[in-house]
Amino acid sequence: MKQKTREGLISLALLSPSLIAIAIFVYGFIARTVQISFLDWNSFLNLLQNQKNYVGWSNYSDLYADPRFQTDLWNTLYFTLFFIIGSIAIGILLAMLLNEKPRGGIIFQNIYLFPLAISFVVTGTVWRWIFSPGTLPDNPYGINLLFQKIGLSSLQWGWFTNTNSFLSFNLALIAVIIAAIWQYSGYTMAMWLAGLKGIPEQLIEAARIDGATKWQIFTKIIFPLQFPITLSAIIVLAHVSLKAFALVYNMTGSGPNNVTDIPAIYMFEATFRANRYSTGSSIAVVMLLMVGLLIIPYLVNVIFKKES
Amino acid sequence: MRIFLSFTLLVLLVFVLTPLAFADERVEIFSWWTGGGEEEGLLALLEFFSANYPDLELINATVAGGAGTNAKAVLKTRMVGGNPPDSFQVHGGAELIDTYVKTGLMQPITDFLQEWGIKDKFNQQILELCSYQGELYAIPVNVHRGNVLWYNKALLAQYDLEEPTNLYTFVTALKQLAEQGVTPLALGDKNKWTATHLFECIMVATLGATKYNGLWDGTTSFNDPGIREALVVFGEIINYVNEDHAALTWQDASERVFSGKAVFNVMGDWAEGYFKTMGWTPGQEFGWIAVPGTRGSFMVITDCFGLPKGAPNPDGAKAWLKTIASVEGQDIFNPIKGSIPSRLDADQELYDPYLTDSMHDFTTAALTPSIAHGSAAPEGFITALHDALNQFITERDVEQTLHRIKKAAADFL
Repeated sequence: MKQKTREGLISLALLSPSLIAIAIFVYGFIARTVQISFLDWNSFLNLLQNQKNYVGWSNYSDLYADPRFQTDLWNTLYFTLFFIIGSIAIGILLAMLLNEKPRGGIIFQNIYLFPLAISFVVTGTVWRWIFSPGTLPDNPYGINLLFQKIGLSSLQWGWFTNTNSFLSFNLALIAVIIAAIWQYSGYTMAMWLAGLKGIPEQLIEAARIDGATKWQIFTKIIFPLQFPITLSAIIVLAHVSLKAFALVYNMTGSGPNNVTDIPAIYMFEATFRANRYSTGSSIAVVMLLMVGLLIIPYLVNVIFKKES
Repeated sequence: MRIFLSFTLLVLLVFVLTPLAFADERVEIFSWWTGGGEEEGLLALLEFFSANYPDLELINATVAGGAGTNAKAVLKTRMVGGNPPDSFQVHGGAELIDTYVKTGLMQPITDFLQEWGIKDKFNQQILELCSYQGELYAIPVNVHRGNVLWYNKALLAQYDLEEPTNLYTFVTALKQLAEQGVTPLALGDKNKWTATHLFECIMVATLGATKYNGLWDGTTSFNDPGIREALVVFGEIINYVNEDHAALTWQDASERVFSGKAVFNVMGDWAEGYFKTMGWTPGQEFGWIAVPGTRGSFMVITDCFGLPKGAPNPDGAKAWLKTIASVEGQDIFNPIKGSIPSRLDADQELYDPYLTDSMHDFTTAALTPSIAHGSAAPEGFITALHDALNQFITERDVEQTLHRIKKAAADFL
């Protein structure tokens, strides 16, 4: 018993520096952000004077009424949805193809994984060039130029400068979603490939002997076995999508009528451009809650499983 | 162990003592001049400073990022944290007065100008922009003009058009060009300020300089019909810009004029530097006029340096201010940067045809501070206007946009 207490103390002592740092720099600052979101610090003067005038929920109700923030929330919803679906679907497809051990598979595996190593800043800049529409029809740029050269001019459109929307889904987001999927489908692929190696051969063979088709093997055996991996991939991708600031900021900015705006960009502009520190903080808190919405059920699930 | 400890102590001592030992001789100048032309200008100016004050060691603290967007955030953090540089770059007008002077972070420098006896050498309107309650707070080192309409001379001749003289003939010209299938007006508003830049020029045209300036001291109401008219004209003009404006930056838009894909471009006169870099000669391949309807007004964007309270080396900062206030200093910096001096006695020989033209207008025109570049209104108003116009360009709802502009004015002015 004594031995155990001592060990406990030592491990606590060893952990304490990082615990203290996390307490201050993560949770302390979250608390501070929440506090500022209830103050009236919407000018540089108020920040300097450090006076604490609590204004209740007014920063939040202003946000709620702000058309830009409403667009931001829709954009986040659709971006997250299509980004996750796309990255998972394409990632799984690539993993299944590579799992067949095609010739040169290892090369392709690296090619698909490679975008993951590039920063969003680079991806954003390059995809901006690709999707920059030019002036149609005489002077197309990027991918629109390619369409013209191969006789598919009917496919040309304004990409991320398009201002149309369908059920609050801004079509301009499609270009951003493609860029994000390009970058992150390799991640799902890698997770799945690792998981596929762990599925026993006998299981697949037994199914085959029983006359199962490839599709049946995939839906009835492989996918259920890979479900935990897919779920963690979804969680990771979901929080990547909330952190897509660098991609969107470099690729399109907020776009005409905020068609490609996301809360992170609004938060950045409100805080560091407009000196509206309290508005920025309340956006940050809303974003934190959105991450919580995704992560907390997952964590509860994981902890619950471990205990039982 | 003992050796290790004494070594650590020694290192610590060096760190603590070094700044003390050199504190008097260092001057830290903070700016965002890192781009083409401006960086060379700054370095030439720093060299001139070092030649005059060999005892002072200059620290050139720059933060990269267009129009100082990143530098301003860094600067604010330093000012809040009580760690100001000795002198820093700031746009004259609201950005200086609202953010730093009214908050009590700057020291008045009116006495300096009197001591050097050069107060009457400056354009008095521009000193006004850097003053608050009768005290001067910063020295303007350069002046840019915002309300310039650039055009491709060959194209204008090809389509047989005259330089438009007012908003009405301007819109007619744009319409004629659109019918010919060329982009009439190039715009690149991926970063929203360029749309605001165009709008503020139209505001000066519809309101006139006096009323426009009155918006910022409260003598003109935001209910003035001129603002509504500006929005309507802005909406009209936006019909004639390139469709992909949201994908372009201001450089991309100027490039459209350069490559002959667009005829006109409204941009500040840093675009002149851009055309020159691309190989054009002012007056030969490209021409310029004040934005139609704003002749006699000079949309001013000026970079200033002041003296923050608690500057580690105020005497060094004073030497720096004296350098940039001198006619030699301004004549070294401005021809390289592609801007004009804030003094009226500069040597015209050193400047190119566009800049001498601009220097002439600067002495005679009414100065109007720019919104988009922080001289007219606080930053909260600017971003709110950016957002309102960004939505307007797509939705074209005059009433709603007008309402948002008025609300922003009530909230932030």
